[in-house]
Amino acid sequence: MIGLQHYLVVSAILFVMGVFGIFLNRKNVIIILMAIELILLSVNINLVAFSAYLGDLVGQVFAMFVLTVAAGEAAIGLAILVIYFRGRGTIAVDDINRMKG
Amino acid sequence: MITAIVFLPLLAAIVAGLGNRMIGNVPAKLMTTGALFASCAMSWPIFIGFMTGTMTAGVHPVLTFIQSGNLAVDWALRLDTLTAVMLVVVTSVSSLVHLYSWGYMAEDDSQPRFFAYLSLFTFAMLMLVTSDSLVQMFFGWEGVGLASYLLIGFWYHKPSANAAAIKAFVVNRVGDFGFSLGIFGTFLVFGTVSIPEILAAAPGYANASIGFLGARVDLMTLLCLLLFVGAMGKSAQLGLHTWLPDAMEGPTPVSALIHAATMVTAGVFMVCRLSPMFEVSPTAMHVVTYVGAATAFFAATVGTTQTDIKRVIAYSTCSQLGYMFMAAGVGAYGAAMFHLFTHAFFKALLFLGAGSVIHAMHHEQDMRFYGGLRKHIPITFWAMMAGTLAITGVGIVGLAGFAGFHSKDAIIEAAFANGSQSGGVAYAVAVFAALLTSFYSWRLVFLTFFGKPRWAGSEHIQHAVHDAHHGDSAHGHDRHDDPAQEDAGHDPHDGGHPVEGDAGYHPHESPMPMLVPLVVLSLGAIFAGYVWAPYFIDAEHGGAFWAGSLAFDEHLMHAMHAVPVWVKWSATAVMVTGFLIALWAYVLDRTVPARFTAQFSVLYDFLLHKWYFDELYHYLFVVPAFWLGRFFWKKGDQGTIDRFGPNGIAYAVSRTGAVARAAQSGYLYTYALVMLLGLAAAATWAMVG
Repeated sequence: MIGLQHYLVVSAILFVMGVFGIFLNRKNVIIILMAIELILLSVNINLVAFSAYLGDLVGQVFAMFVLTVAAGEAAIGLAILVIYFRGRGTIAVDDINRMKG
Repeated sequence: MITAIVFLPLLAAIVAGLGNRMIGNVPAKLMTTGALFASCAMSWPIFIGFMTGTMTAGVHPVLTFIQSGNLAVDWALRLDTLTAVMLVVVTSVSSLVHLYSWGYMAEDDSQPRFFAYLSLFTFAMLMLVTSDSLVQMFFGWEGVGLASYLLIGFWYHKPSANAAAIKAFVVNRVGDFGFSLGIFGTFLVFGTVSIPEILAAAPGYANASIGFLGARVDLMTLLCLLLFVGAMGKSAQLGLHTWLPDAMEGPTPVSALIHAATMVTAGVFMVCRLSPMFEVSPTAMHVVTYVGAATAFFAATVGTTQTDIKRVIAYSTCSQLGYMFMAAGVGAYGAAMFHLFTHAFFKALLFLGAGSVIHAMHHEQDMRFYGGLRKHIPITFWAMMAGTLAITGVGIVGLAGFAGFHSKDAIIEAAFANGSQSGGVAYAVAVFAALLTSFYSWRLVFLTFFGKPRWAGSEHIQHAVHDAHHGDSAHGHDRHDDPAQEDAGHDPHDGGHPVEGDAGYHPHESPMPMLVPLVVLSLGAIFAGYVWAPYFIDAEHGGAFWAGSLAFDEHLMHAMHAVPVWVKWSATAVMVTGFLIALWAYVLDRTVPARFTAQFSVLYDFLLHKWYFDELYHYLFVVPAFWLGRFFWKKGDQGTIDRFGPNGIAYAVSRTGAVARAAQSGYLYTYALVMLLGLAAAATWAMVG
């Protein structure tokens, strides 16, 4: 029987993978974007799991919103990335340090 | 009127000094020279008034200066015979030097500054001689010191002039320290700094004692000696004399005014002004005599070996100041002031004459490169002759003579007549120094004006001839664009040796503004002694003339005239001897000096190096002072204060910054990590709290 805990564990694993994908990855900004998607998805799984567990539809409605925002965020992020690549000729994470003090 | 005499030079100095380039050369020169001649014209009637007895002593208040507790000091101008004598000396010599500088400084770049300094000096000197309180005298004392510093260092681009100016200032600080201690002590004891009140109260303190540095000492002796230390500094007495020869770095008119006629006599003036105080302490009088005698002897011996024309005269000044202190020390203050008076004329004359020679010889100051100048610059020659005759004391005993004859012989006789042990020493030294004076003075004349021209080897002359060939004006040319050459005389001549011949250079006589002062001062050098001897040192009339402005000892003056005939003749005899030795060694047989120096090389070196005073002071004071300074600089300032203070803090800040900067990597994921950690911490806190 797959209970609430299983969903939450999967969600937590996805979340941690997403977090580590952000700051352990030294290669590619796209991976960062993907990691962010992972985090959002893990949150979505949480929301849907609790919605089913508590019998409250608001959670699922909220998940739809998150998906929408994630789609927008992905579009904007990729757009920024394209512009950035045109300007700097690279999207390697190690080369992006213009904020260095 | 006395107020105008004192403050006109100040006004002129302010206008010329602050106006400087704005008002231009000629107005500045006219202003200062005019002010000085006006002061001089007003001083002489006052002096004549005191001579004829129509003037009476008085005090002219100007302003309140200090009013604090029971210390009250006013600016006030005191006018009595002693002041009147100094007034005519200062204003006459100063106005003539101003006039002379029109010619001598004609090609200098900053003439308004020079004339402003000269007038400022004159003002400070007049403040000094008219002072009614010790504090005001100290003001004038420091004022002349400042002006002297500025004028010695007038050619500030010459390192040697700067060094000489600093040396003069620092050595004078030693004397001024004694002087100020003396003023403090005087105020402590008398409760006032007003000179008349101190002099009136001084006899009451005879044999009183005071604790000083843990010992009981005689009060008046201590005060007099402390004040005398100040006089020693200003008047370049042995021990504190080292600044005077170096002060010759300044322009020659400055040497004539400050370092011959006026400022250096301030010490003598001060001792005479405070003579009733010195009279109370026989010990202090003996010290004054011995110091004067030592200086007269020392400076005269050194003067015989110097080759720089200005330095010979500088040591001569030093020696004559020694005479004045000897006179003061044996109680003949009138004779001291008389010698001061005549000396001002003939020594200013000698300096201005030397300036004229230097001017003619293109700033060559080494007498070994002169020779045969009397045909080229006859007026200067005769002026220098008048000065030399005056300083050597030529005259007929009992009748008349040049200025120095009357005043110097008076000192010699007074020293003999004094009868004490110090008087006897002073007499012997004075006679011997008179021999040396005669020798070095005639040596100067013979080397400069007689013989054959020897300037072919002089770099200055070669320079001048070279310029002339290129169509430049040879006249005083190198002062303008190369003032550093002014005093090359005392440095070793690297590329020049005295060679007979004139190298095609013909010295020219100086312009009129320089000759007029020479002629006027020559008259002073010839007649000043004869005319004023009855007033300054006469037993009958002297008391009435001085009218209590200094301690006039009529008994001593009587005894002075009653000394044995051989004493009277001794000075004249040694004068003739000195002349004959100089004639023999520098005219008749020119090989004598070389043979003498070869035979007595140790003595010669000793004298040539001025008794090694400069070397001694170098190792005694300068080297330890530099060591101490370097110690505090390297170890104290840099090693401690800077290291742990500003530098330490700056270092810590920069290190902290470097560490903090490393956190700002600029990589997105680092910021993200920090953000996450922060969020986690905040969430944990929210949940646990």
